[in-house]
Amino acid sequence: MKNYDLNRHVRGESQFVDDIVPPEGVLHAAVCYSKKAHGNISNIDLSEAKKAEGVKLILTAKDIPGENQIGGIVPDEELLAKDKVEFIGQPIAVVVADNKIAANKAARLIKVEIKDLPIITDARKAYEAGKLIVPPRTFVLGNIDEHWKDCDHIVQGTVESGGQEHFYLETQGAIAFPVEGGGLKIISSTQSPTAVQRVAARILHLPMHKIEVDVLRIGGGFGGKEDQASPWAAITALAAYKLNKPVKLILARQEDMRVTGKRHPYSSDFKIGLNKDKKIICYEVTFYQNAGAAADLSPAILERTLFHCSNSYYIPNVKATAYSCRTNLPPNTAFRGFGGPQGMFVIESAIYKAAEKINVDPVEIQRNNLLKENDEFPYGQKAEQSNAGNTWDRAEEKYSIENIRSNIKKFNETNDIYKKGIAFMPICFGISFTNTSMNQASALVHVYTDGSISVSTAAVEMGQGVNEKLRQVAATIFSIDIERIKTETTNTSRIANTSPTAASSAADLNGKATEQACKNILDRLIKAATEILKVDTTADIEIMNELVYKNGKETGLKWDELVKQANLKRINLSSHSFYATPGIYFDRARERGRPFAYHVYGTAIIEVTLDCLRGIYEFDSVKVVHDFGKSLNPIIDRGQAEGAIVQGLGWMTIEEVIQDNNGKLLTDSLSTYKVPDIHFTPKIEIEFLERSENPMGIFKSKAIGEPPLMYGIGGYFAIMNALKAFRPETEFNISAPFTPEKVLLNLYKKVDEIAAV
Amino acid sequence: MKVKINFICNNSEIEVLVHPGLALLDFLRKKLKLTGTKEGCREGDCGACTVLIGELNGNELKYHSVNSCLLPIGDVNGKHVVTIEGLNKEDLTLVQESFAEEGASQCGFCTPGFIISLTGYFLSNKKFNPDTPIISMDGNVCRCTGYYSIIKASQSSTKSISTRIKDRKNRLNDLIKVGLIPQYFSSIGKRLRELKQKTTSGTTDSSMKFAIAGGTDLFVQNWEDILENDVNLLSSNGISSKIKEENGRCIIGARASVTDLIESEVIKKYLPSLRKKLMLFGSVPIRNRATVGGNIVNASPIADITNILLALNADLHLKQQNSERKLPLKDFYKGYKTLELRTNELIDSISFELPKANSYFNFEKVSQRTYLDIASVNSSVFLIADNNKITDIRLSAGGVAPVPLYLKSCPGFLIEKEITSSNISKAAAIALSEISPISDVRGSAEYKSLLLRQLIFAHFITLFPEKISIKEFT
Repeated sequence: MKNYDLNRHVRGESQFVDDIVPPEGVLHAAVCYSKKAHGNISNIDLSEAKKAEGVKLILTAKDIPGENQIGGIVPDEELLAKDKVEFIGQPIAVVVADNKIAANKAARLIKVEIKDLPIITDARKAYEAGKLIVPPRTFVLGNIDEHWKDCDHIVQGTVESGGQEHFYLETQGAIAFPVEGGGLKIISSTQSPTAVQRVAARILHLPMHKIEVDVLRIGGGFGGKEDQASPWAAITALAAYKLNKPVKLILARQEDMRVTGKRHPYSSDFKIGLNKDKKIICYEVTFYQNAGAAADLSPAILERTLFHCSNSYYIPNVKATAYSCRTNLPPNTAFRGFGGPQGMFVIESAIYKAAEKINVDPVEIQRNNLLKENDEFPYGQKAEQSNAGNTWDRAEEKYSIENIRSNIKKFNETNDIYKKGIAFMPICFGISFTNTSMNQASALVHVYTDGSISVSTAAVEMGQGVNEKLRQVAATIFSIDIERIKTETTNTSRIANTSPTAASSAADLNGKATEQACKNILDRLIKAATEILKVDTTADIEIMNELVYKNGKETGLKWDELVKQANLKRINLSSHSFYATPGIYFDRARERGRPFAYHVYGTAIIEVTLDCLRGIYEFDSVKVVHDFGKSLNPIIDRGQAEGAIVQGLGWMTIEEVIQDNNGKLLTDSLSTYKVPDIHFTPKIEIEFLERSENPMGIFKSKAIGEPPLMYGIGGYFAIMNALKAFRPETEFNISAPFTPEKVLLNLYKKVDEIAAV
Repeated sequence: MKVKINFICNNSEIEVLVHPGLALLDFLRKKLKLTGTKEGCREGDCGACTVLIGELNGNELKYHSVNSCLLPIGDVNGKHVVTIEGLNKEDLTLVQESFAEEGASQCGFCTPGFIISLTGYFLSNKKFNPDTPIISMDGNVCRCTGYYSIIKASQSSTKSISTRIKDRKNRLNDLIKVGLIPQYFSSIGKRLRELKQKTTSGTTDSSMKFAIAGGTDLFVQNWEDILENDVNLLSSNGISSKIKEENGRCIIGARASVTDLIESEVIKKYLPSLRKKLMLFGSVPIRNRATVGGNIVNASPIADITNILLALNADLHLKQQNSERKLPLKDFYKGYKTLELRTNELIDSISFELPKANSYFNFEKVSQRTYLDIASVNSSVFLIADNNKITDIRLSAGGVAPVPLYLKSCPGFLIEKEITSSNISKAAAIALSEISPISDVRGSAEYKSLLLRQLIFAHFITLFPEKISIKEFT
């Protein structure tokens, strides 16, 4: 039961937007972007560009027939900048030409005059200037002010975490073409077909039913195509609408890196208090989120940071405040973890710093404060079936932690240049969109008269294997060969009002909807079987492995025959079904509720070897015990976990987003922005926690997309511990990513300062 | 400027009149509609566009992987191009099967590139062990899997092939038999020989705007511009790619690739440590194309091969239409990307004196990511020591000046000095006075200075572990 697409993938037969044969006469779009991070547009000169070879049309804000607005949560982002630009890479004009090279050339001929305005790229500076995207949010549990006095140790500090480029292998892109009646069909590489549909309709002032969005699969998303696929699709839609011709736009890699948002950098202040038993009593934290120039999904991401500010720990008194700060950078956006990793990195840093002060191993604080049953999160929900302690203890046992420790000790005693470090990273991640209304999905299942089945849902396949999981659901409910089941493209005309494929929830939500749709059809088929077999009650009939059984005995009636006969009997062989996660709610006025259907738990042990001469490091292993629930598909789930772990390690170490003070991205290509490569990958061992069944997940499984990314946070502290093995007396600032530069400067700077005196 | 190109693409003979500087990737995707080869970055840094190039070397058909986004189509003239479609047969190939078994593909965009790279490894190597196939995929980036399943797939492929291939004589047929490649590969050798008769060599003219050797840097920045200009493909103008030993010197044809260096018997014999260090340069497909001459003439202050050759005190042999001259490499660079090179002059070869007894060589490179990355700082040392005393020494440093830097005062200080930590410390301090690093995306100036010091320490700790230890520098 591997990813449905695997055989196509390995043969290079899977199609992405740029592989689809476009309709006859397709034109190509190129975008002219702002080269300034902040300023007023005084003139846009299109004269040279218009004369360029092959140019069909040039579009600016004034050509937009509808509303020039793409903001989802907050209406604060234009599709094409009209009077003002707020970040480098903001689209200003669109050239449509016969071919891509001609379009590119003409776009370079557009002259935009911009009168400079002051540029802010730093979140704290934006905060000081009062530039907030939305009002701040504060989560409170207990009362920190009353309990600092109960703390024997109080530690304060500042933590920085950097951005992260999604680097989905398939860049952003879309093709739009006119259909009869003045509508458009859009093929888009998006995680959110409905967002594309809504934005295109808004831009063109068309009813949504005139826009059909279709997604076959996408070449990676990681959140980067949740909201930020829409502008490119809307641009092709606008051009196709104006010219009544098909129009295609595929971003070049460097263009994509320059103009799209990334994971939010955060700057945070913490104050943590513990008693002498190493129990955390109080935790105060303030997050400054660098949102970029527009809201995009930042308010929701900010919220998830707060939801995860205490990670897997029970802390009785918490005050967490978060500011979403408007800067002159491309709007930052969803990225696997969605603000959770940034929140969790700060509590882990606080614990590390507290351990440093108390002079104990951080694991003593970590293990001593893990969530137990019914412990309260800082938003009112209580931990149910908490596997925080189980996964930790099982990891210690399974991976023989004492051996690991003694081997490291021996290694460090006998090596001068190389030092090893180890860290534990427990995770606790809430599953459900924190915006309760988004926790809905629907499925459309057709059984055809030959017994084959088609399943349409809101889920977008992006490598996470959701299509295979949906097939498993259908095959299990009907008890038939999985090869009979095909998942369809994600299409807004078949499935309407979809939530994005995000928040790790696609398999749960769409799986549950599919389950119900299949059950509806199955009930009708069983009823038909009772008529065919002349049985009184449906309770006596069962379908197993494509055969119909009566009271446990084979009847000779096969699946295909049953379906054929049901059709002759005019039985409805299709079902559309809907699912909304029950029991979840959140009251934003009180910042209390039950926002999550459940939590995912796990523990990782990460080992690293540091070259203390050159300041470079190599991860040796990541050893995990993870709570998959009752995994629906272990191969897919393991793959998701491995990929997330490496992506998380990348975020913490070598992936560094650098902008200059003018808001210009310097790491705008793969030669300057380094994602993990095959040599980077450590040995990864993952044990599936036993006896975990999740009543809220599809077939008792748990969501897997995001949670394991946060194991990567442990990579930071493993390096820190290796550093400390070399320089035991030194205290280090916490600033991710822990690049080789930061490592080396930490290793030697202080020595040199002393030497220089 | 269009020329006639003949080649075999997968199982089909192609003849086309085309601009020789068109990237093969564009031809494959747009003209042949072979969309299994993907555009991921267009700078040779992701490997989604990897294809195999087969050519006859005498009687032997040899394959190597390349980034088709950086490959001028003129350079496939007379060759066999293999895309993912060219591997497909009715059932999955051995490599495809192992990827499917291990779930080593998620979104699928990068997968064809990985399959091509790993297949290329089995086609081009005679001995396999479970750890080396990973190197063949050092130019392929996957953002979904985290690579662990890919590593496992490569190990199971290796195991499966190693146990099933015993006879090494008729390798190609054996590889067909085990299902690595389709049957038609057995006809390629003969077809390439036939093709050779049809193939005309391209025109070359050194006055053309773009002289392209490997193209691994030119195509990153200038692919659109190349299409509008005449290009001089150096593969067809007589510049050698051979590496040979002659009168105590190593002569490297300017068109020798980094792979040629790695595989060279001369290098293996005289600079055995270099082979492994060269794995830090680019990736397999980049190393297969990037040339020694290109690395030098590109004049990047951080060029790895140039850095090595500076410490080896290499000479350049430059050629114009009717004249030749010799120039020490260290005198070649006048300023940032400014060369002591005359109009229409090309590097013909590079030579250096081969090391003799008591000589030591080391190359150090640190980059943000260890593999397939550009150095923050690199450095090479070559020295001759007589009874713990340095009698000759040359040091180079990259990334710390506008040019690939040949250090002067630092090695000057070390001449006739004992190899002691105190002397090395002093020498490193002198080196730092010779450099002028700037803060950029590869690191702050402060970091680069510190790093160069550490790399100088690393040279001596690596070469003289019994004399020098890290403890003395901390």
